Formats: sequence, structure tokens, C-alpha cells
Amino acid sequence: MPRIVVDVMLKPEILDPQGKAIAGALPRLGFNSFEAVRQGKRFELTVDGEVTEQILAQAREAAETLLSNPVIEDVVNVEVVAD
Amino acid sequence: MSEQTQAFNIDTVDNAASTPDVELPWAELGLKDNEFAEIVKILGRRPTAAELAMYSVMWSEHCSYKSTKTHLRQFGQKVTEEMKKDLMVGMGENAGVTNLGDGWAVTFKIESHNSPSYVEPYQGAATGIGGIVRDIISMGARPIAVMDPLRFGAIDHEDSQRVVHGVVSGIGGYGNSLGLPNIGGETVFDPIYQGNPLVNALAVGALRHEDLRLANASGVGNKVVLFGARTGGDGIGGASVLASESFDDTKPSKRPAVQVGDPFAEKVLIECCLELFKASLVEGIQDLGAAGISCATSELAANGDGGMNVELTNVLLRDSTLTPGEILMSESQERMMAVVSPDNVEAFEAVMAKWNVEYSWLGEVTDDNRLTITWNGEVIVDVDPSTVAVDGPEYDRPYARPDWQDALQADTFRASEAGKNLPESGDQLKAAVLELIASPNMCDKSWITRQYDRYVGGNTALAAPDDAGVVRIDEETGLGVAIATDANGRYAYLDPYAGAQLALAESYRNVATSGAIPAAVSDCLNYGSPEDPDVMWQLAEGIRGLSDACMELGVPVTGGNVSLYNQTGDKAIHPTPVVATLGKLDDVARRTPSGWREEADGQAIYLIGTTADELDGSEFANLRGHLGGLPPKVDLGAEKALGAILINASRDGMIDSAHDLSEGGLAAALSEMVLRYGVGARVALDEIKARDGIDSFTALFSESQARAIVAVPRSEEVRFNDMTSARGVTVARLGVVDAQSGALEVQGEFTVSVDELREAHEGTMVKYFG
Amino acid sequence: MSTELPLIGDYSTPTAELSGARIGVVTFPGTLDDRDAARAVRAAGAQAVSLWHADTDLQDVDAVVIPGGFSYGDYLRAGAISRFAPMMDKIIDAANSDAKLPVLGICNGFQILTESHLLPGSMIKNDHLKFICRDQVLRVENDQTAWTNGYTAGQEITIVLKNQDGQYVADEKTLDMLEAEGRVAFSYVGWNPNGSRRSIAGISNAAGNVVGLMPHPEHAIEAGFGPDARGTDGLTFFTSVLTHLVGGKK
Repeated sequence: MPRIVVDVMLKPEILDPQGKAIAGALPRLGFNSFEAVRQGKRFELTVDGEVTEQILAQAREAAETLLSNPVIEDVVNVEVVAD
Repeated sequence: MSEQTQAFNIDTVDNAASTPDVELPWAELGLKDNEFAEIVKILGRRPTAAELAMYSVMWSEHCSYKSTKTHLRQFGQKVTEEMKKDLMVGMGENAGVTNLGDGWAVTFKIESHNSPSYVEPYQGAATGIGGIVRDIISMGARPIAVMDPLRFGAIDHEDSQRVVHGVVSGIGGYGNSLGLPNIGGETVFDPIYQGNPLVNALAVGALRHEDLRLANASGVGNKVVLFGARTGGDGIGGASVLASESFDDTKPSKRPAVQVGDPFAEKVLIECCLELFKASLVEGIQDLGAAGISCATSELAANGDGGMNVELTNVLLRDSTLTPGEILMSESQERMMAVVSPDNVEAFEAVMAKWNVEYSWLGEVTDDNRLTITWNGEVIVDVDPSTVAVDGPEYDRPYARPDWQDALQADTFRASEAGKNLPESGDQLKAAVLELIASPNMCDKSWITRQYDRYVGGNTALAAPDDAGVVRIDEETGLGVAIATDANGRYAYLDPYAGAQLALAESYRNVATSGAIPAAVSDCLNYGSPEDPDVMWQLAEGIRGLSDACMELGVPVTGGNVSLYNQTGDKAIHPTPVVATLGKLDDVARRTPSGWREEADGQAIYLIGTTADELDGSEFANLRGHLGGLPPKVDLGAEKALGAILINASRDGMIDSAHDLSEGGLAAALSEMVLRYGVGARVALDEIKARDGIDSFTALFSESQARAIVAVPRSEEVRFNDMTSARGVTVARLGVVDAQSGALEVQGEFTVSVDELREAHEGTMVKYFG
Repeated sequence: MSTELPLIGDYSTPTAELSGARIGVVTFPGTLDDRDAARAVRAAGAQAVSLWHADTDLQDVDAVVIPGGFSYGDYLRAGAISRFAPMMDKIIDAANSDAKLPVLGICNGFQILTESHLLPGSMIKNDHLKFICRDQVLRVENDQTAWTNGYTAGQEITIVLKNQDGQYVADEKTLDMLEAEGRVAFSYVGWNPNGSRRSIAGISNAAGNVVGLMPHPEHAIEAGFGPDARGTDGLTFFTSVLTHLVGGKK
């Protein structure tokens, strides 16, 4: 069944404590090439049947209303992944 | 840094002097025309954009208390020498400090985070905890517990889902991660708080006398350091008009009004600061809260004996596009500013390295009594710090008793439609008791408290639902403190003066009920707009009432906070003066729990105090949708006498459990004592009905003050009666603890099983919030 | 009387230790229950030794407690970052060595032990998605480990439960193996408070020297400050390891 993948990230101006902690841990394990880390969320919405424009629009709306908190988060990507 | 500065046309002091006619967005920043004129007068020129930023936030209601200062002075004036005896630090510092003896001191404070908690409940509540905890750290103390009095809109309003879930998980998410036990608070639902929930947060800390630190910058040549989280655009949404300080439209002006908390960073900051204190590495310290660097620099400089010079480009940023004004106003969390002598710089840096905390040296203490802030060496702020931090505007706003107050007070419950057909028969009274303890305000709140860690630290001796939270401070001696927070907005609406006194009376009573001696008070005054004369009258009356009552009870106010503009349109919240009383226990092992256990079987149950027909503003009247009349009578002399009985009886082992009577009266208190450990009781109302001239309904639901229930072991009854009669305090023997019955029996009226009580009490929160 | 406010890792006490045992308590940034764990060690009669996550010296301790908290904020996954601390390398080696250093992981400590692969399985968010703090009844399933030998199998004890990510998960094969080998140390009795597979509250390694559990025995060692305000059922964890250290296994 096809899935719609929704990626949500904290807005760039919002502090991301998780990303900060991970960025601090990376060099301790010898990974020195990364300047910063920001951690986001990925949602997979499974669709029974074909993903129509209408369903995709619904997913976008759900992403904006439920899956993300527009006060602090942005929906950065909504895409269809076929299996 | 030069790359960064090129993005802005920096408005220097020289530039301000030579361009007097530049339009500045002072009105958008919340300044009134008289205030802007005053700033120009102080400086002798127009302010720079950065100075404007500083003055606008520091002269805001939130930071300057400009509408309330004139009234708040009463807290400092109505104080006796006796009340000052144990006061080590009074109002005006980050938090007050009270001497506990043995070289120990305690500091505590309650603050509001109301509006942010409505906009973004999780982060608003979380950063509320973070802010108050930093106030405690900056006194040199180790934080040891938190509490949170909460007020939400109607329990069945759809927005309450968002707000309640967010606030409770925010308090838990932040507080639990700090390793601070949450030991109590209160939760009230009332449509009057719809759109204006009250999220107040209290923190308490313990310190040795020698560790006391104050927020002042002294010693010329000492270094000023900013440490903790980096500075970002948090909490300056409203200040985005300052984008105009660059005088072009190219920079992004979208700044989040929401502050995001990082509890992990705060936990590290706590341990790191305590290590600094222990090694005496800081001369002065200030947390960064509202108004961020503006507040920290101006307060440190104003409280010190010299001035301060700061290079703002040294501030570590999370967002390199921030303008100087925005950096000064940013409310990014988990930051501290300290003053360090040059000798200690190396040791200071070693502590930062150990805890992996970022820091940057911003400047140093000077002897010119000026706060000078530069941007790459160019002066952008040159002010007398006192004009920013201390001598802000002050208003004696007009106030008057509202013209509707008389009609409100004349509308008594008994005379109203709601007061007809009151419960009389045993069955009706039983149904009313069950309805009461299932109601949103009286129901079991463990849905909330089980989301908070009450055990961490291993020193929690009592926590919600007991009358007060009790924490041990000294493991060797058992020395500890009890704290209770209380307010009743309905009482304060009916009579703002009495309402504030009743809030104090209840928290004082709760602390005494736990066995502790009340020692200090912190208050969080939540009101509507001070620009409305009705609200301003409520506020003035509240402060007058509370300060009079503190004087009479002999407990000083050591600090607190005022939260205004809690209103939607012209509909203000009920005046809600939340009062936190802190008491001292020489040995927390002596604390009195709020219910009886199985082994208390056969102990005598006494009601201390008398009951009058006082149902106006009560929870029962609230259940019937009525609010009018006059609140219960305040009798501070009786409160003091009751407190003395509870404290002495606890100390001398005369009582095993005690619970105060407040909202919901005797019906609520008896039910809660039975439910505390699921152990029943048999009581009779005949004696108090005959003595006080009241009926069964009034005996159960009246909210007369200065009352408590105690359970007295048989062997102690004679001593207990001797003590109460010697002190002239009225008591009545209501009945006995009955461990076999599994029920609360009110003889001649009704019997309700523990299971029925529990089902009613525990079902409500789960029903609405899952 | 204590005359100073203790810092993290400052477990100085005037009380003489009853046994000569030295038990390490590890502190990571964000550890919360280290002082409680040290108090429990002292209450059992041993000396508590502070072990800092960034150090590499085990200081000749006879056993180690990895206490609860939110090390590194529980960001990424609970325990995921702490597992790479230098001190953890030493502890993992010592636990797997012939000396079989006794290690107890409580809550976040349990999560660190699973991330370190000293114990199988993992913890995910509670099934009801909320932090939960309550007095929890457990059944002792295995009374033969270094940390449980003072209990009797089948005994029910009440200690404190408090966690956000406490749902124990593992594949069916692992769960079958744990049960078959008697490596389930504790089960939840009554309500399963976080949705853990097969109501598992704590497990041990095959040798029985490493035990991890979500609930907190260190919060139930002193009357008046634990479950129901008086439970002390957790103290036996800390006395058990002393018995184990003097060779007094059951």
C-alpha cells in the first residue's frame, strides 16, 4: 500500500534541545564533520488504494493541523512513497 | 564578528545625538508618550534603538510593577520587628530568604506564567518552572521542590483539552527532568478563566547562610560572564518592530513569541551553579528571565557599587541575524549572568568545562556608575542603570468600588432561586456529598499529580493531596519546611479585601495542619487590567487586605509577582491572589498527614472551630451556579489560635492526622480524610448543630473559616481537651475512626461506602482527560 | 549534623559504614537519582563512591549502581548517548569480566544497560504516553541474582515507579529465552503501568550480576519518605549485593 510521508521540523528559530544534545555527542564518538544537528519527526500515513490529489490535500491539511504545531513547527515535506 | 555587524546599520549613541528627529517605534514597543518623553529627558537625547529596547521591556508592567508599586509598598511597611527577625533577604531580590536556624536558610517564590501557557501550553508551563527555579538558584540555593497552582476554564470546554494536557505535561516534562519533587498545588476549573488560564509556579530552595548570593555587580575590574544556553530569538515576537533598528526591510522580522525550554540544560546549570557557589567563584549572580540581558545587566549594575561595560558582540548566538536590540530583549531560557573576580576566571572556566556549559566573557565592572554597552566597540547604550532597572515609571491608577459590587453582595445564596430546595433528607445529603466530591474543583486530582515525580531527592515527607507539601532539608536533624498555596477567586470577587485575607488564612491553616510553624509568605497576584478602575480597585483592596492580614498573623511577605491584564475584552478573571505560606518543621518526622490509616481504628475525631451559615461563594453554591453575597467571615485571631493548637498537638504527639476545612466544608474534609487511606469513620452532627444553631446541610457544606478536623488517639484525648479548653478554642467530638466499616457514616443521616466515595471522587478527571 | 549543602557526587557522611564494601554510583549530565542511590547504599551499610561519567577510573568499587534520571535529556533515545561515556566502557568490561562486577541499572540506568547490550531488549514510551509516578507492587521472580538474593521468589514488594519511557519491549524469542532461563527478575503485579511485554519490570543477565529494572528501589529505603509514606521494601536490593559480595549467596 502506498504511504504518504510527512516530515516535520521545529521552526529554524526555535531551540532544538534534542539536536543540540546529539550534536554534542557526535564529536565524542569521533564524528567531527558536523556543525549542527536538528531532530525532526517523520510520519507515514498509509493509504488503502491510490493516492489521489484529494487524499494528498487531506494529508497536507492533517500535517498542518494535527501532525505539526504551527506555533513551533513547520511541515517541511509531504510526499508519496510507493511500495 | 565584523560580518555580522555589517548586516545592520548600528544606531550608536553618537548617531542618536546627531539625529534627534528619527522616528522610533516606541508606541509599538508598548511605551506611552509620557514615558518616551521621560526617557528623552533622562538621556538628554533620543534613545538609540538598543536603549529603546531596554527601556521598553524594563518599563513594562511585567518588569517595573508600575501600576502596583505604590500599593505593594504596604508589604514592606506593615511589618513588625518580630516579623523581620528571621528575614535574611526581603522583597526586591530574586527571591526572599528566611533563616531556619542551624546555619540553614530557605528561599522560595511563586510566579505566574499565564499568558505564555495559553499560547503554547506545554512550553509556557515548562518555561514557567524553569524561570522560577533559576530565581532560586541565583540566591545561592539548591532547589529542592516545586509546586503549581493552576486555574483553567470550564472542564468541559473543548479548549481545556489542549490547555490542561499541555500545561500538565509541560510542568511534568520540565520539572521531572530537573529532579525536583512536585509536592502540591491546586487545580480549579471555572469558565471565568476561559482564554486566561492561570499557571503559577513555585520553587523552594535550601542554602547554608554562607552560600547566600545577591544580584549585584561590585568590585571594579571584575569580569561579567554570560553562561548556559545560547541566545536566540525566543520571546521577542512582539518586539519584531525593532527590525526597524536596521532601518531597512531586508532582514527577517519573524521571531517566535514562544520560548522553548531545555530542562536538560537547566539541570546541568543547577549543578554547575552550585559548584560555583561552593567554591566561592562568583561575586554576584543573576538569572535571565523576562527582558533577558537588558534586565540582568541593568539590575546587576544598579544594585552594585559601580557601573558595567559590556561588549554585546561577545554574546554567543543561536541565530546570527539577531539585532543588538533583539539580543538585549531575548528571553532565551537557561541562561545566567555572573560577576567573577579576575583571580577566579580560570577556576570558573574549569567548572564550565566539567559541565560542558558554554560561556562568554562580556565585559567588566567599572566605577563610573554607567551601564555602557558596545557593539564592536561602538557605544550603543550609555545609561544610568538605575533609570532602567529601579526608577521606572510609577502610576497611581484611578480605582473605585464598582457600581455593581453592592448588588453582587446583596444577592445571597439563601435568597436566590439556586438556594431553594436544598438537600434535607439523609438520601439527599448523601447525593449532595457525592456530587460535591465529584465536581471539577473538588474531585481527585491524581490524574495530574501522578504525572509529576514526587519522590526524587528522597526527602518528600508529604505531597498532594495532603494539606501542605513537606520536604526535609537536613537529613541529620530532620529540619524541613512545609508549603501550601491557596486562593479562592470567587471569595475575592465577592469581597477583594476579605478574599485576599482568606487566601492567606487557608494557606496558613494548611501549613499549620501539617504541623509546621508558618514563617513566610510569597504571593502571586493574578488580576485583570489595571487600566480598568474596577479591576484596579480589586487589586488595591487585595494588596491592602493581604498586607493587613500578614501583619496580624505575623508572617512577612518575602517576594512574589503580579500578573495583570488577565482578561479577554473587558471581561476580567476573578481577582485571584494566590498565597503561598512556608512553615518550618524542626523534624519532618513529626508532620501530620491528612488522613487516618487502619491502625488509627477507634481514634476520636474532633472538629476544631465553629460553623456558621456561610454558603455564599461556596463550592455548593457553585454547583448550583450561584455566585453572590459575602464570603465567609475572616477571623485571623481564630486562625492563629487554631494554628497553635495544630502545631502543638502535632509536636506533642496528641494527633495522628489532621485536615483543614475549606472549600466544600465538612463534607469535603471528612470524605477526603476517609479516602486518603481508604479507612472509614462514624460521626454525628448533633452536637455542632445544637451548639452552632445550624441544620445538617449547613453543618456539612458551610465554608466557615478557622476549622480543622483532627484524629486523636484515645490515650491523648484528655490532654487534647485540656489544651483546647485552656486556649479557649471550641472543639466538638464528632465520632471515631472505624476501620472495619469501610464507610463514612453520618449517624442519623446517611452511610456512604468508601467505594462509592472513591468512584465519585476519582472518576471526573479521567472522564474528561482520559 | 551536616554543615554543607551536598554537591552532586558529595556523599560524605559521618556515619561509619557497617561493611567495608564500596559501591559506585554513576553520575551523567542529567542524572537525577544519584543522591538517592547513594543514600540507599549508605542505609544498607556500605560506602557510596561517586563515579563521574567522563572519568575512566572505577576506583576499586565492588559494585555499581547506575541511577535514574534523564541523562542527556533522554534526547535521541533514553540512554543512547550515555552508553558511550568513558565510564560505561569500564563498567561494561568489568561486568563481562571474570570478576563479574555487580551492576544495577535503575530506570534510566536500565535504559543505559540495554543500550549498552549488557541486557537484552529496549524501552519505549509508556503505552498511555504519559509520565507516571505511583507506588507499584512487583513480584520477585528471581531471588538468585546479586541484587535480589535477600528476597524470596514469589514475594510481593512495593516500590516507586516513575517513568516516561518505561515500556519494556523485546522480540518473542528473547522474551521466551528470558523466561526459560529465569532471567525475569521482577514482574508488575495488578495493572501493567506502561504496557511492558509480559509485564516485565526488571531482568538480569545470564550470570545474574547485572540487573536492570524500571521501578526505583532507592526511593523505598526509609520509613516516611517512600511508597505510601513508609515503605522500605527497596532496601533489600542494596543489602543483597553486600551478601553477594561476602560470598553469602543463597
